[in-house]
Amino acid sequence: MTDSTTQSAETRSGVEIRDLYKIFGSNPKRYIDAVKNGMTKTELNDKHNHVLGLQNINLELPPGQISVIMGLSGSGKSTLIRHINGLIMPTAGQILYNGRDVVQMNEQELREFRRHETAMVFQKFALLPHRTVLQNVSYGLDVQGIARSKSEPIARKWIERVGLAGYEDNYPAQLSGGMQQRVGLARALANDADILLMDEAFSALDPLIRMDMQKVLLDLQSELKKTIIFITHDLDEALRLGDKIAILRDGALSQVGTGQQIVLNPANDYIAEFVREVNRGRVIKAETVATPLPEGDAPLPEFKIKGGSTLEKAARRLAEHDQRKATVVARDGRPIGTIDMHTMLTAMVTPATVDDEDAA
Amino acid sequence: MASCWGLPEMLCDFPALPNKDMRHMRMWIDDGFRGIVRHFSAQIDAATQPLQWFLNTLENLFTNTPWIVILLAILAVVWLGSRSVKIVIGSIIGMCLIGVFGLWEDTMTTLAMVTVATLIAIILGLPIGIVMARSNRMQSVMTPVLDVMQTMPSFVYLIPVVVIFGIGKVPGVIAVVIYAVPPMIRLTNLGIRLVDKEVIEAADAFGANPRQKLWGVQLPLSLPTIMAGVNQTIMMALAMVVVASMVGVGGLGKNVLQAINNQFFTIGFLNGFALVAIAIIFDRTSQAFGKRLQKHSEVGHD
Ligand SMILES: Nc1ncnc2c1ncn2[C@@H]1O[C@H](COP(=O)(O)OP(=O)(O)OP(=O)(O)O)[C@@H](O)[C@H]1O
Ligand SMILES: [Mg+2]
Repeated sequence: MTDSTTQSAETRSGVEIRDLYKIFGSNPKRYIDAVKNGMTKTELNDKHNHVLGLQNINLELPPGQISVIMGLSGSGKSTLIRHINGLIMPTAGQILYNGRDVVQMNEQELREFRRHETAMVFQKFALLPHRTVLQNVSYGLDVQGIARSKSEPIARKWIERVGLAGYEDNYPAQLSGGMQQRVGLARALANDADILLMDEAFSALDPLIRMDMQKVLLDLQSELKKTIIFITHDLDEALRLGDKIAILRDGALSQVGTGQQIVLNPANDYIAEFVREVNRGRVIKAETVATPLPEGDAPLPEFKIKGGSTLEKAARRLAEHDQRKATVVARDGRPIGTIDMHTMLTAMVTPATVDDEDAA
Repeated sequence: MASCWGLPEMLCDFPALPNKDMRHMRMWIDDGFRGIVRHFSAQIDAATQPLQWFLNTLENLFTNTPWIVILLAILAVVWLGSRSVKIVIGSIIGMCLIGVFGLWEDTMTTLAMVTVATLIAIILGLPIGIVMARSNRMQSVMTPVLDVMQTMPSFVYLIPVVVIFGIGKVPGVIAVVIYAVPPMIRLTNLGIRLVDKEVIEAADAFGANPRQKLWGVQLPLSLPTIMAGVNQTIMMALAMVVVASMVGVGGLGKNVLQAINNQFFTIGFLNGFALVAIAIIFDRTSQAFGKRLQKHSEVGHD
């Protein structure tokens, strides 16, 4: 591990996207001012035959966290993530990392940036079919010009970490989809880059394998603390993985916040529609719906629940121990409130609406 | 004279250039061409010297080595390429029949010639194909050129080649190369262009430079297609050696040409079959080799 992964979060740089616009077409610069002044995607497309890929994106991707970018097909997710490692260059705007603007880098600088600071995992895996698992995982190191004798142990270590020990000499075509994506993940991790870009990395996998991979990623992340940008069109996945979620619609940011914020306070009907079907018990945390501590020294329930646990988990623990009430405690053990089954159930089944018409 | 159906002369017989003008134009071009060639004859000779040397060396090597050594060498190549006992046995039978009918030496001459022509075609075709795959403009320039090269009757090549290089083995090889190189170029271009865009993007995302992408990703992944190009190039070279014998190339082709002129039915066919035999050996070996290159894409069982 280099020191980038062991540094404390405060001294590390996240990725900052500023005033980003991307127009696809033969002469994008010509329309940038019109778009900045409010020309719509439809108008640009119909009248000028250019596609507005991204507009006015301002987004901070904090260091050491998983930021999820979500949106429907065609909303510009892939376009956005490819700006971060310069695979796509913007029509206007900046991508800042460690005080440098990716947009201003020349080819050589960009290559070095990609080799050392970023790694990418792809939806369709994009493994090299003529290389074995071991050779695939060491690909990034090969590109950096690191000798085989040094890169091989690193590659073996990561293959083991993603649970593929024993498959080193297989070719990708001999592996199942889930295993192939483990190779993709190991290949990205072997680079020891701070920024990990994952474009619908688990979308091609079937649900069970997908849950598996989410767990693998979360386990690794709890130790590695990389700056992960994860793309998905699946809200459950977003809520499960994302410390922060940004929702894209037609190339513009629709809402940015934590999973809880988005589920509890959707910014508009579009997002409300999105979150309606979500399993709220898995998103809302016990501390969010806890009743504040009673005044004075009233006795607290003896049973304790961590404030960060989801309602579903909390309810299950209460049920398992045959309890009706519990004290919600902070990470350091300090009590922050109380909670009972009734409160939890109510919070879990209330549908999300913008203006809460059901409550009226 | 077409019957004119009462149409004016102009619309009935096509108004061609007058004979006199045609003759002038022809003489002007032909003389100009010859003049240029004569002027540069020293340079042309110097340029073809290495080719001449290479061709002679290889031909001497093939014809002067005892047949058993050559046969074993061929079988070794076939085995290494195909890993197929069937193809090796077929090759033994084919080569032995060639020997029995007294065509061994001529076959060796032809083999030397085809080997040289194929090597040159690969050395020229591969980089041209790579450049063509990298630039759309290059592709739009090269495509019509290749179309002309492939549809122009092969005898026509011989004319400028003979004017420039005279009669002999070297012009023969050059004519064969011109005829055999287009599939090499086309399939190299095609193979590289067909490489999965996502894989290329992955290489980019890991910071591969253009050279690393070419050697590490594009060429290995297009190798099966490129091998199909090599295979076609060999086949076309074998087909062209008969025509090339008209400008003084020896070997099986020359025998065929003589057989045509003298109506030697049996000799014609024996030599023809000898060519077919080598063609099949080359074809099966290179195809099996191409298949083996794709082995990694086969789904295994675990
Ligand atoms: N090279 C391009 N030229 C023109 N338009 C493009 C190009 N790349 C993307 N677009 C357009 O930009 C928009 C966003 O595309 P993008 O691939 O980023 O969507 P996405 O959110 O990743 O969708 P999906 O979920 O289907 O992957 C789409 O309307 C698409 O058609
Ligand atoms: Mg996409």
